[in-house]
Amino acid sequence: MAKELIRLQNLCMAYDGETILNNINLYINDKEFLTLLGPSGCGKTTTLRIIGGFTTPVSGDVFFDGVRINDVPPHKRQINTVFQKYALFPHLDVYENVAFGLRMQRVPDPNSKRGVKLSNEEIDRRVMEMLESVSLKGFERRRVDALSGGQQQRVAIARALVNRPKVLLLDEPLGALDLKLRKDMQIELKRIQQQVGITFIYVTHDQEEALTMSDTIVIMDKGNIQQIGTPEDIYNEPKNAFVADFIGESNIIDGVMVKDKAVKMYGRLFPCLDAGFAENEPVDVVIRPEDIDIVPVEQGQLTGTVTNVTFKGMQYDIIVDFRGFKWLIQTTDHSPVGSKIGIKIDPDGIHVMKKSEYSGMFGDYSSFSDEYDELNGADDGAEGQSDES
Amino acid sequence: MNRKLSLLALPYAVWLFLLVVIPILIMAVYAFTTSDSAATLENFTDMGIYASVFVRSFRLAAIATLICLLIGYPAAYFMAGEGSGFQRVALALIMLPMWMNFLLRTYSWMSILENNGLLNQLFQKIGLFSLLKIEAFQMLRTPGAVTLGMVYNYLPFMILPIYSVILKLDRQLLEAARDLGANSAQVFLRVILPLSLPGVLSGVTMVFVPSVSTFAISRLLGGGTQMMLGDLIEQQFLGGAYNPHLGAAISMVMMVIVVLCMALMNHFGEGEEQAVML
Repeated sequence: MAKELIRLQNLCMAYDGETILNNINLYINDKEFLTLLGPSGCGKTTTLRIIGGFTTPVSGDVFFDGVRINDVPPHKRQINTVFQKYALFPHLDVYENVAFGLRMQRVPDPNSKRGVKLSNEEIDRRVMEMLESVSLKGFERRRVDALSGGQQQRVAIARALVNRPKVLLLDEPLGALDLKLRKDMQIELKRIQQQVGITFIYVTHDQEEALTMSDTIVIMDKGNIQQIGTPEDIYNEPKNAFVADFIGESNIIDGVMVKDKAVKMYGRLFPCLDAGFAENEPVDVVIRPEDIDIVPVEQGQLTGTVTNVTFKGMQYDIIVDFRGFKWLIQTTDHSPVGSKIGIKIDPDGIHVMKKSEYSGMFGDYSSFSDEYDELNGADDGAEGQSDES
Repeated sequence: MNRKLSLLALPYAVWLFLLVVIPILIMAVYAFTTSDSAATLENFTDMGIYASVFVRSFRLAAIATLICLLIGYPAAYFMAGEGSGFQRVALALIMLPMWMNFLLRTYSWMSILENNGLLNQLFQKIGLFSLLKIEAFQMLRTPGAVTLGMVYNYLPFMILPIYSVILKLDRQLLEAARDLGANSAQVFLRVILPLSLPGVLSGVTMVFVPSVSTFAISRLLGGGTQMMLGDLIEQQFLGGAYNPHLGAAISMVMMVIVVLCMALMNHFGEGEEQAVML
């Protein structure tokens, strides 16, 4: 059913001797909502710009529908872009912004070698149709700088989609909107994508956005693809400590895979569902904060001391010290600071990963208060998002 | 706080009042009176005989402005597209002549354009004159020389505002236009040009206004054959035709025409904050 539309092959990019993309291989299916997700500087925007034709890769190829398009300039690609700050034309009103692409178009005509322009009636019909579908009817003659952020966003989407591209590229398009509007627009974007039935390639650093909208998520860091998969795959089966930490909250613990379906942590054997590792292979073990049950001390697989409690509405975030290594546990039961608790982890709550360059860098909540501030702090206004899923 | 700060503007307000407002009022009084201090409109009705000077002034200034625009826009456009090192050097080269005395620069052009000046000597050396069987090209004392002087002196004032507007253009707008199917020519015509109009407007203002009222350039390079409004006004105050009342009236008419021109241009600039009057 899925037909490949875009293929990136051995893509490399460097700027001033610094590697931006390191041998990227990726194929993107028709009608797919694919998200490139990663921290700033991971190469996601560069990848998008290469697909759009604004950046030429140092090496590697871009295929569109089986045809190599490395040398095709942006205006000849069947791809349109929604830019990060929208890049609406300030000298044109809403109508003319949306009509811009249509006025550039030439359709084949037997009497003219260059093709003919679209008729004004055709342009008018399509612009009005588009404005209606993004609920901007009545705004035709407004200046774009007199619109709110959300309205500008919709003009940018309409301006791109009115050209009926095969692929729409979106470069952090919700970054400038406030939280409420951003949530609405996530659903709106997904609805538009399903309605027009084309491929969306979406760039963001916001994992919650990625999880909400995507069919496929591509996690990138340091110019490399870390993992490709559906949101469920990536959340439940992260490939390494970076992915586990970037998507959702994770406790990442050093462990040893004693044998199939048994991993040793803190000197104790935990039953799990993972298999296929070498005997006694050192591994990273991911345990999501919501997969941990609090039990009386004597029934616990592990016991620890509560060092911090934060009320989050739906649950408490508690930090528990297990022999110097601090875990984040999300629970609906209140356990006061200083109390001893036991925990129990079901086999399906344990996910074992191979060691990677990221081992030991993430998953410890010892500096919880710092990280907590970071999550709730500036970070492009991504307040409180990272700790919800 | 604000009120205290606004006190700082006081010296300038006094300055403005003493040296701009009062002189304009005095000029207005002169323009509407005779030498016997009687009120009159004669100064304005008499002006008709100088119609040709008005026409020449505005025509030469308009031509000079147009040439400045035709040279200045591409120069500014390409400069803005180059690396920052190139831009710094180019800016320095454009500003360099402005650090020299205005009269000195204009005198230099005289010695270049004279009948036995540098250019004509060059043409003679390469045998152009014996070929054409003439003595020399008459370059000085022509409208062309005056226009050249204006273009040379005021070109930087055209380049700089256009350059700074183009430099500040959001590159993403150009990418957006290309993304939407515009080729290079269309990107220029539909995005860059309309968005750089404010720079063009202020450049045109900064070249046209001083050109229309210049007198040194027309006197030195036009050699008295190309009398312009500036010369005419100067003559009424300092020259043989001494008549400050007429001079004031001509100044007022010129001011009104220039203000009208600028207002008209600002109207087309539609609320862009540029094109201030000098």
